[in-house]
Amino acid sequence: MFIRRTLPILIAFCIGFAMLIQYFIPHPYSERFYDIVVQQWFITIYAFMFIFAYRSFFSHHIRKVKRRKTGYIFSIIAIASALLMAVGGFATRRGDFFDSLYNYLYAPLQATMFSLLAFFIASAAFRAFRARNVQATLLLVTAVIVMIGRVPLGDYLWRGMPDLIEWIMTVPSMAAMRGIRIGVGLGAVATAMKIILGVERTYMGGT
Amino acid sequence: MKFWQRFLNLDRKWIFLGIGLVVIIPLLFPLRLPVKPSKPVIDLFNRIDTLGVDNGVVWVVTDFDPGTMPELMPMTMSVLRHCLTKGTPVVLHGGLWPAYIGMAKMAMDNIAVEFPDKKIGEDYVFLGYIPGVTAVILAIGIDIETTFGTDYYGVPYDSLPMMEGVKNYEDISIIVDISGTRSPEYWLMYGQQRYGVDVGVGCTAVSTPSYYTFLQSGQFVGMMGGLKGAAEYEELMERYGYPAGRRPATIGMDAQSFGHLLIVVLVILGNIGYFIVRRGERKVGIERRKE
Repeated sequence: MFIRRTLPILIAFCIGFAMLIQYFIPHPYSERFYDIVVQQWFITIYAFMFIFAYRSFFSHHIRKVKRRKTGYIFSIIAIASALLMAVGGFATRRGDFFDSLYNYLYAPLQATMFSLLAFFIASAAFRAFRARNVQATLLLVTAVIVMIGRVPLGDYLWRGMPDLIEWIMTVPSMAAMRGIRIGVGLGAVATAMKIILGVERTYMGGT
Repeated sequence: MKFWQRFLNLDRKWIFLGIGLVVIIPLLFPLRLPVKPSKPVIDLFNRIDTLGVDNGVVWVVTDFDPGTMPELMPMTMSVLRHCLTKGTPVVLHGGLWPAYIGMAKMAMDNIAVEFPDKKIGEDYVFLGYIPGVTAVILAIGIDIETTFGTDYYGVPYDSLPMMEGVKNYEDISIIVDISGTRSPEYWLMYGQQRYGVDVGVGCTAVSTPSYYTFLQSGQFVGMMGGLKGAAEYEELMERYGYPAGRRPATIGMDAQSFGHLLIVVLVILGNIGYFIVRRGERKVGIERRKE
């Protein structure tokens, strides 16, 4: 219980408050503490996260293969791909073999997946983008203006189009975005305080 | 009404074919439609353009993967070309996440071909990737040498002539984060707010609206938003006599122009069809009720 619950809360409380206080006290001891935490602890912890990520990734897929779950063949491919990239990287010290894997396998595969979006977005927009009510009509009109205005064709059709787009981006769009950001920011501060004080404990896997 | 009903049930393979054609044809036969640079791009260009050799290094970060490469690689190449042509020392940081290092390597390989007279370690440096995300941003503010140790190729930091005297953010003139993620916010929170370093951004078109708030507040020096932003930077490069390469972003904007136009036409026709069919169905409904 102490190791699984109390200790993580204590660590979060101590480090959280120490970093908070450190920010406002530019004393040499405080600066030294900051240097150690940032340059040694944080980066080391981040590096260890990869080990846990790999462990979790392999245990998930190996379990799936062992139990012959639906689509387990993709788990075999995932494991083989992860090993190939890792071994390729370590064995050739970021050499030509690793670069070739990245440039001729990973890059085209991911670029292809992403570019397929253009086709599905076009099809979805055609079928679903309807002016059913006032809000949907407003969204539709703005989207059409921005879509035409954000490409050179808009400028070609009407010289004032780029300025209209800049106005949409810097006035109504930004006003909405700023409201969202302030809300998110306040929420993040509240959540951080709850974690530091041990009120929020879901990050430990419980409720 | 039957025509519109059939049109609304159009098989999506025809839409796919249409999109494929309007994207491929302009890429094969570029029109190079004129691009008008916007203020955020002009601000970023001017900030980099006014830097001299002694103003500190330009720190370019490739926080993107192959999925967003068509939008973001032209930005990376333009900023690198701009700096190297001017003789401004430039550092390429291979991103905050491990998958992005390949993008930086790709840019580095292109630069080596385009600028054979420029020497790695003397005119530009490739620092690679270090795990840590926000911790790396904070650690750069303390000591770059301790954080990275060597460059991507394993050359010790103290053996890189260009990095002599470059200790932390005080020796960096601007961070240019070319990103397909939320990383510009991290550079803003931990680099700009904590250490006061200037931050410029190159981001995908999807992220552009969310960063206008930081532009207006002056927290970002400038911004290239999406392929349009990249094309505008290329336009400025050409306008001021810098090498702009074959201008891939400008060519890409032709394809994007016609792609957007097709989607807009489809949406408009779809709505016309929707209203005609709906009115027709209402009429039929009223007549049936009368009967």
